[in-house]
Formats: sequence, C-alpha cells, structure tokens
Amino acid sequence: MQVKNRLTPFFENITFDRDDNELILNFGPQHPSAHGQLRLMLHLQQEMIVKAHPDIGYLHRGMEKMAENMIYNEFMPTTDRMDYIASSSNNYGFALAVEKLIGLEVPRRAKVIRMMLLEINRLMSHLFWLATTALDIGAMTVFLFAFREREYLMDIIEGYCGARLTHAAIRIGGVPLDIQDTFIAQLKAFLDKLPQNIKDYEDLLDSNRIWRMRMEGVGHISTEMALSWGCTGPMLRASGVAWDIRKEEPYELYDEVKFDVPYSDKGDNFARYRIYMEEMRQSAKILYQTIDMYEETVKNNQTELMAHAPQYISAPKLDIMTQNYSLMQHFVLVTQGMRPPVGEVYVATESPKGELGYYINSQGGPYPYRLKLRAPSFWHTGILTDLLPGHYIPDVVSIIGTTNIVFGEVDR
Amino acid sequence: MRTYKPKDNVQAKAYYTDRFWVAPQVPKSDVAEDAVFAADLEALKSKFDIKDAYIQVEQMVVYINPCDNFEVIKFMRDELEYTQLSELSAIDWIAKSNQFEIFYQMLSMKKRKRVRIKMFINNGEAVNSVEKLFRSADWSEREMYDMFGIVANGHPFMKRILMPYDWQGFPLLKTYPLEGDEFAAWYEVDKIYGKEARDIIGPELRDTARVDRYDSERFARLGFEIPYGAEVKDDAAPTVQSYQEEGGVFMIKKFDKETSVVIDDPQR
Repeated sequence: MQVKNRLTPFFENITFDRDDNELILNFGPQHPSAHGQLRLMLHLQQEMIVKAHPDIGYLHRGMEKMAENMIYNEFMPTTDRMDYIASSSNNYGFALAVEKLIGLEVPRRAKVIRMMLLEINRLMSHLFWLATTALDIGAMTVFLFAFREREYLMDIIEGYCGARLTHAAIRIGGVPLDIQDTFIAQLKAFLDKLPQNIKDYEDLLDSNRIWRMRMEGVGHISTEMALSWGCTGPMLRASGVAWDIRKEEPYELYDEVKFDVPYSDKGDNFARYRIYMEEMRQSAKILYQTIDMYEETVKNNQTELMAHAPQYISAPKLDIMTQNYSLMQHFVLVTQGMRPPVGEVYVATESPKGELGYYINSQGGPYPYRLKLRAPSFWHTGILTDLLPGHYIPDVVSIIGTTNIVFGEVDR
Repeated sequence: MRTYKPKDNVQAKAYYTDRFWVAPQVPKSDVAEDAVFAADLEALKSKFDIKDAYIQVEQMVVYINPCDNFEVIKFMRDELEYTQLSELSAIDWIAKSNQFEIFYQMLSMKKRKRVRIKMFINNGEAVNSVEKLFRSADWSEREMYDMFGIVANGHPFMKRILMPYDWQGFPLLKTYPLEGDEFAAWYEVDKIYGKEARDIIGPELRDTARVDRYDSERFARLGFEIPYGAEVKDDAAPTVQSYQEEGGVFMIKKFDKETSVVIDDPQR
C-alpha cells in the first residue's frame, strides 16, 4: 500500500507487477530529432531497444476527406502541405494523376519548367535532409552550410511562384507562369557552385569519426525487408534495388535526359547518406540539361504553358479577357470545377522521399469520389517497428534522420 | 418545403449539372493487348476465380472474390514477381450497394508493371489480412480500419493509427461529415475540460472558415465588426484599426489613417 503524499503520485488499485528491467521510454512527439510529430514508444533493456512502437497521427488533417469535398483545382494548394520540404513534387504528382485521368498532353515548355521545379525541389529536400540529420548527429557546420545553399534555391523558387515552402507552382494541365528572366542565370550560378558545396559537406562528414561511427553499420535494412515494408526512393536504393521511377517508368521528359541512379547494397545509414549526396549531383546534371531544353523551346518559339482542353482547363488570360466563350468556360471551371471522366487512376512519381502515388477514383463529378494519397514516409515510419529493436538509443536519432520522414506526409 | 438532402452521402456535391450531360469514361482496353498482363492474367485464371479484368491507364485491374485475397496476393508475389504492395485501401459504396471496394496496388520491378487487385465486400464483413505477406500491409490495414471500420482478420494489432484510440466513428465514410459529427465536436472539450464544462465552452467549431451566407445582418460588416453572437445595432462604432506596434515598425512610420493622404491621380 502506498502512502499518499504530495510528492509521489497515488495510484489506487494498481500493482506494479513487472519484475524485469524493461523501461518504457516515450520518445517524442516533442523531441527535436523526432522530426515534428513522431511519438515512439520504446521498450528498453538497459540502453537497448527490444520493442519499438511508432505512434503517428499528431498531424492528421484528413486530406483524403478534404479532397472528396473540394474541386480538383482547389485541392492543389492542399497537396503542398504533405511533404512541405519539397512541395512542388506533391503538386506535380496530383497534376499528373488528373492529367492521366483526363488524357491531357502538356506543352513541352511546361514540361521543361516542371522538371526544373521538380529537380530544384529534390535538391532542396536533400539539402534539408542533410542539414537536419547532420544537426541531429551534432554537426552544426554542415547544418549551416546546407541551409545556406537551400536558401539560394528557395530564393529562385520564390522568384518563380512567390512562396518559399508551399509553392503550388504547378497546375493541372501545365504551369501557370513562365520562368522569370533571372531564373536561369541564378540557377546556373547555383549549379556551378554546387559540386564544390557538396565536396565541402563530404569533406566535413566522410572522414568524420563521429559521423562514421553513428552511420556505418547502423540501421541496416535488408532488401527483403525494404521490399516487404514498401520502401521506395533512397531507402530502397540503399538496400540494393536500383529502382527509380524517373528511370523505369519515365514521366515528363525524364527519358530525354541523361542521369544515373545511384544505389548501394549496404543498406545502412551510411549507404543512405551516400545516396542522398550522389542524387544531388545527378539532380544538378539533370538541371543543366533542362536549361538547354528550355533554351531550345525558346528558340523554337514553343510558348504554350497550359494544355488546350477547354472542357477542363481555363483558356489563357488573354483569351479570357477578350473572348466571350473563354470567359464563360473559365467561370464554369472556377465555380463548378472540371469534371474528369468516370474511371480510376494510380500514378506514381519519384518524389525526393520515394514513390509518391495518387489514386483517384472519379465518378464524373467535380469532386473526386475517392482520393488516396500514397506517401512514402508513411511506410518509412512503419519500418521503424522492425528496424529499431536491437539498436541503442543514440542510434534511434540517426535512424530517424536517414529515413527522411516528413510528418505532413505521414499523417496527411 | 425544405430541400431534400441525402443522409447516406454528405460529401460535397455538384450544385448544378446539365440534364443532358453524360459523363465520359476513361477508356478501358482488353488485357490481351498487353502480352505481359495477358500472361499474368492467364496464370491467375488457372488458379482463381477472376470476375473481371481490364487495362485502364496502363495498369491492369483484376476483380477477385474477397475470400481469395490472401492466396491471390501470395501467388502474385511468389509466382508472378509482384514484389511490392504499394498501397491498399477501400472505397465506400454503402449508399449504392451497401458494399466496400478494396484495392491492392501491386508493383513488379522486374516487369515494370503495376496491377490493381480489387474486390467487393459487404458492409460489416472483414477481410483477410495480408500482413503475413507484406509488412507494409500492417500499417495500411490499420489505416483502412481507422478510416472505414473494415477489420482485417489475422492482423496482429488491429487498432486505430491516425485517429485517437478512443475515437468514435470512421472519418472516410461518406456518411461522415467533413467538419466532424457530434462526437467530434465535444471530443476535445470533454478531454481537456471535462464534460461538466460543456455549457461554458460549447461545441468545437471545426469549420472555421464557415460563413453563414443567409445571415444578412452580421455578414460583411467590414469596418464595423461585432463579436460573434452580439446584437447588431445600427449605430455601431467603427472598428478601431491601427498598428499593433506602438512605436511603429522599424523603418516604417506609424500609419495613421486620419493624417495620411490618398493619391487618386495615377499619372502623378
């Protein structure tokens, strides 16, 4: 029987009958390295984790429900809030899914601009990943370096769409704007410096004893485990499967650009780190090629930015302001929304985190009947259940870091 | 007479549809058109009862019996090399046929093909869990249960995943309103303050952007805003608007509406 006083809490009718040394530790949802809203319930034997139970849902906003109550174009800014580190890639996945549903062909210049935005977003996301993971491990300098570079990219994006994080820079059927005059010069200046920047990060990290000890051999994911848990993106490629949707099921103009898909069969944290670094180089390579492609469209005078499909897509501004019928179409599309055909589609794109899939079931109405968001981070969080047991508490931080989970995407 | 609102689907609906409008269809093509899919379908047909199969937007859709789902997915994984279960969820058709449609989205990396396995279950029935085949189904099936209330038999931990454990109701059902139901309105009030505080605090208003467009008195009183619920008076004082910072913002002089000059001439 407990003696009731003010200092020790009094538990009525509770007996503490566990006589082992197992300690249950709540990691998060406020822990700074829990990347926002992850709560991990860890069962510990001394410092070793014997059981891990990730608890999610702290950022659940019910986006799938919201989508059922929104017209298609209305949902576009909501997709920004999924993976808010690289929001254009979410916009793009949704736009592509609806375009496939309708059967739209996007003009070439819009495709090039989209690819530029996607790759800039990939760089932003990977730089952010590097910064936060390095900070979690304790490498403050890398954090500052990587955030500095990311800021340049955010400036370029801000010049394009006016937003730094939630871009909403892509529309169903194309892109709303042509890139600004300074875009290419800024991007080139950035890309020319990027190899040196990446080398700086690697000089700081590759031979850093602390970094290697906390990364090498920690958080090993086997190929079977990665496949079974639905891992995609760098998580899968670090486990020995060279699968990149840009390469295998090319969308946009990815079949016209040259790039390599880095992969590793090590499967540990360090392998994932190496892959992120290499992917940044490959993104830069793609961006150089898209700059040439853009200049080619300028030369060929391909100025169209939105697909021509009056039933689904509003006409260009000039037409709306000068032609009665375009104005009427625009009015109907804004107030009532487009009505894609009856059918369903699942479209997967390679977002910086992995396979971002949109499943849309349309019943011919202006609202999707069902929209399922397949966010890669959801399973990259789930895998912690099987991945963490056997590791020690400090490893939790580096493992969460390299899984690169973003909770806007996990909870949706 | 009040307009009829269907109770079995409270989601947003088109408020106007032309009566001659016929919804077009996303084209479906025969499975025989794609050699890889045709071979896969043959293999499936030799073992299982396939109800329907077609190709839509480059992916094969196969309808199966709900009792076969475990065996079909096992066969797909082991024999047909569909090594990843990308996604799994349900669609609510309760209003139409009292059924749920379940889909399993599978990917073969070797063949570079995606297949969607689909099946219908009646409302209230459970499905066989495929968690033993794909660990990714562990969380997907929990999410499906959380959102639709569909139980997966044989799942090791059939609990809610996104919503709180003590939540009532299944949010993705068509009968569930976007702003939440009665339970949702009181959930946090009860949790934080206790049931006895309900009268003081009132239900949670989840749709904060809601504008009552039939309220002709409080609507659009720009510059003369009154608190919610307060009585509208004709001689209401104008709302005082000024900068929060008393000393002005750095580099910007304090904006004073009275002393400022509005320049009308655009050619100035």
